[in-house]
Amino acid sequence: MKTIMDEKKVVKAPRPEEKKKEVNTVYSIENFNLWYGKDQALKDIKFDIPEKQVTAIIGPSGCGKSTFIKALNRMVEMVPIVRMSGDINYRGKNIFENKYKVEDLRTKVGMVFQKPNPFPKSIYENVVYGPKIHGIKNKKILDEIVEKSLKGAALWEEVKDRLNENAYGLSGGQQQRLCIARCLAIEPDVILMDEPTSALDPISTLKVEELVQELKKEFSIIIVTHNMQQAARISDKTAFFLNGEVVEYSDTNQLFSNPSDKRTEDYITGRFG
Amino acid sequence: MQGSIRQMIKDKKEKQQSRSKIVEKIVPGILLICAIISVLTTLGIVFTLIVETITFFSQVSVIEYFTSKDWYPFFESDPDYGIWPLISGTLLITGIAMLVAVPFGLGAAIYLSEYATDRVRRIIKPILEVLAGIPTIVYGFFALTFVTPVLQNVIPSLPVFNALSPGIVVGIMIIPMIASLSEDAMSSVPNAIREGALGLGATRFEVAVKVVLPAALSGIIASVVLAISRAIGETMIVTVAGGATPKLTLDVTESIQTMTSYIVQVSLGDAGFGTTIYYSIYAVGMTLFLFTLIMNLVAQYISRRFREEY
Amino acid sequence: MQLVDQAKVKSRMQTRLKQNKVLKGVFFGTTIFALVVLVILLYRILTQGIGYLDLQFFQNFASRFPEKAGIKAAFFGSLWLMAVIAPVSLIIGVGTAIYLEEYAKKNRFTTFIQINISNLAGVPSIVFGLLGLTVFVRMLEMGRSVLAGGLTMSLLILPIIVVAAQEAVRSVPKELREASYAMGATKWQTIKKVVLPAAIPGILTGGILALSRAIGETAPLLMIGALTFVAYLPENLLSGFTVMPIQIFNWTSRPQTEFHDVAAAGIIVLLAMLLIMNSIAVLIRNKFSKRL
Ligand SMILES: Nc1ncnc2c1ncn2[C@@H]1O[C@H](COP(=O)(O)OP(=O)(O)OP(=O)(O)O)[C@@H](O)[C@H]1O
Ligand SMILES: [Mg+2]
Repeated sequence: MKTIMDEKKVVKAPRPEEKKKEVNTVYSIENFNLWYGKDQALKDIKFDIPEKQVTAIIGPSGCGKSTFIKALNRMVEMVPIVRMSGDINYRGKNIFENKYKVEDLRTKVGMVFQKPNPFPKSIYENVVYGPKIHGIKNKKILDEIVEKSLKGAALWEEVKDRLNENAYGLSGGQQQRLCIARCLAIEPDVILMDEPTSALDPISTLKVEELVQELKKEFSIIIVTHNMQQAARISDKTAFFLNGEVVEYSDTNQLFSNPSDKRTEDYITGRFG
Repeated sequence: MQGSIRQMIKDKKEKQQSRSKIVEKIVPGILLICAIISVLTTLGIVFTLIVETITFFSQVSVIEYFTSKDWYPFFESDPDYGIWPLISGTLLITGIAMLVAVPFGLGAAIYLSEYATDRVRRIIKPILEVLAGIPTIVYGFFALTFVTPVLQNVIPSLPVFNALSPGIVVGIMIIPMIASLSEDAMSSVPNAIREGALGLGATRFEVAVKVVLPAALSGIIASVVLAISRAIGETMIVTVAGGATPKLTLDVTESIQTMTSYIVQVSLGDAGFGTTIYYSIYAVGMTLFLFTLIMNLVAQYISRRFREEY
Repeated sequence: MQLVDQAKVKSRMQTRLKQNKVLKGVFFGTTIFALVVLVILLYRILTQGIGYLDLQFFQNFASRFPEKAGIKAAFFGSLWLMAVIAPVSLIIGVGTAIYLEEYAKKNRFTTFIQINISNLAGVPSIVFGLLGLTVFVRMLEMGRSVLAGGLTMSLLILPIIVVAAQEAVRSVPKELREASYAMGATKWQTIKKVVLPAAIPGILTGGILALSRAIGETAPLLMIGALTFVAYLPENLLSGFTVMPIQIFNWTSRPQTEFHDVAAAGIIVLLAMLLIMNSIAVLIRNKFSKRL
């Protein structure tokens, strides 16, 4: 953790203009609001998410973390009563623009869910699901993709001899890594993770955390977590959400060692109501 | 290899795009057409019945249809088309059937929902399902070759074709329906209510009759109404065992004819297309359809009100 | 102070408990009644029909002589009919279910379709026969053919299949759909590759049960003019045909009691076929209910 911080110069406030010079931005969120019917779940969100780093989203239950992360790949629109205003720019393009196809966005922005949700198919079929729907049919290429993705998700050694067995035979932790592998199979640019370890035991959690560290070399990762130690362990940037607002967003080290907002301090020290 | 899959997907996307766009547009349309077929079926039934019934009434007076007490369509010189004998035959069968099905069906429902252990329930419910799955022609055969002879032992004057035997067998056929629908209604009565009464020292029987039955009453009534509708529309049992003598009677030992068995009789005979007899089956079918439709709507109305209670 | 007369309560308790016991017996009796009837029915049919149930019975066509009568035409007629009903009703039924569950907006029109389907389920089968007679046999000029019969029966069991398929589609966890959408799959891709495969066991179970209902139906096919005396096998979809229930009906309606035994033999074949179909449905249900 320390070394990463040293390399990348500690930046105090998230001033977008300044930051762009240091690292590329994958997401830039501008004045984003979201309502479920009449209830506002996200209020005036505004910050930038860097490329090839781990950005953690923390905050108490119901503060809008899942809503926010699902807005990033527009999955939130599956709830019919959702209304939104403001912009979310992915790689410089507004994802809500009419001609922006959600399928294209989601091909580039993968997602791992809270509960492992493999398909009731074989391990192999789970991994090749993405490539197949995107038109890759060549068996040799698919085989390669499976091996590469499972290796990428640190699952290859455990399952290479049983690729044709049903994914439901795997343990919870293995299932979650399979979901990550499934996500890697289409080589996304960004991976969204919504509390990916909350349904896992400590050892599986550790494996996934290590994996996240590995993955950020190639992918930009945005991870929602309830667990502040986890955020501190694995993330470069942290955003603290409270009641639908971003209270504080800064480098993880700074947010945890020297929070600038009283509410953040209360939350990370566990003094929060 | 990093980035190569990404590139591959991008290439494929460009090729696929137009095709998948068309598919995504066409599929909902095709599925909608499937959904509309069920609506068309209803419309088809209604229009068929209406059009042919109108043709029928251009040949036979509506007044005769509703006031004449005789149904003798096969009298070539002077046919009579008064629907009442067929209605009375239908209702006679339905009445007998309900006298059998309601007590036995409800009794079974009470037993299953209030007394039976899980194991017993797991044995009995599939048996009821088997009973419900037996084709009606088999019941018809059973009525004619078993129930009628047995009844003839008790009532020696009973003719081979009579209302009683098919009535009883229609009732047996309907028991599973009343039992399972009523049991559903009773099991959905919250257990807390039951335990409250049991806690006050009520016996299981008192709980069943004074607490559960009233609470589940609308569901039970709905199941009985649906069962009546089934009995009215039942065809093969009455065709096989009920006879073909339209008669305005309440005597269960006589041979009768129901609306359904009249329709079958005509379709088995040689009444040609375009004859008055041919059109008469549509008028009778229309009457039958209205009877069952009203019953079904009543049942839906009752059970919808019932659902709001919990 | 004593508001309740304990002695009275006690003596009443005795009668109440006795009443409870007796009525429990009564209710059990009513439940058993159905079972007893089923046993008698099956016993009668087996003892009556078993004598006629030999290889010849499957090889012979209808005949005026009971000992020569066979079920060949009806048996194959039923198979032909199934071959029409199964694809037609499954495609339309599953299509409808997918439309209602996945595409339809929650508006009046959707509610209307839904109510329409549940009402259609309550229409007497013979009325479907009238529809088939008018529309398929006469208007579309299919004649008294396998095709006309199959289409009529498909419409008859459509509501059962739609409801079963809707339930199966609805029970596919939403997490699976989300996983698919999150990979950039389109709606149809998600339905085709995730929802349908997961719903297939439920659809098949419901479909087989509906099909077995169709195989046992007599009245609508009598209406559209399936024949009662057939001495040939259907050659194509426009051939005339008969089916097992109609053949059984025909034998049952004959005055000679020998033919009643032949009918019983026919019933055994019909029930055996239904038993096989239902067992397959149960097997599918059990095999797949462990997963998911
Ligand atoms: N589908 C929905 N319909 C209506 N309101 C919703 C819906 N989903 C979430 N909400 C509301 O939006 C707010 C934010 O919910 P969200 O799920 O984003 O919280 P969260 O931070 O992820 O909480 P948790 O830590 O418990 O997962 C909550 O008040 C919640 O009640
Ligand atoms: Mg959440």
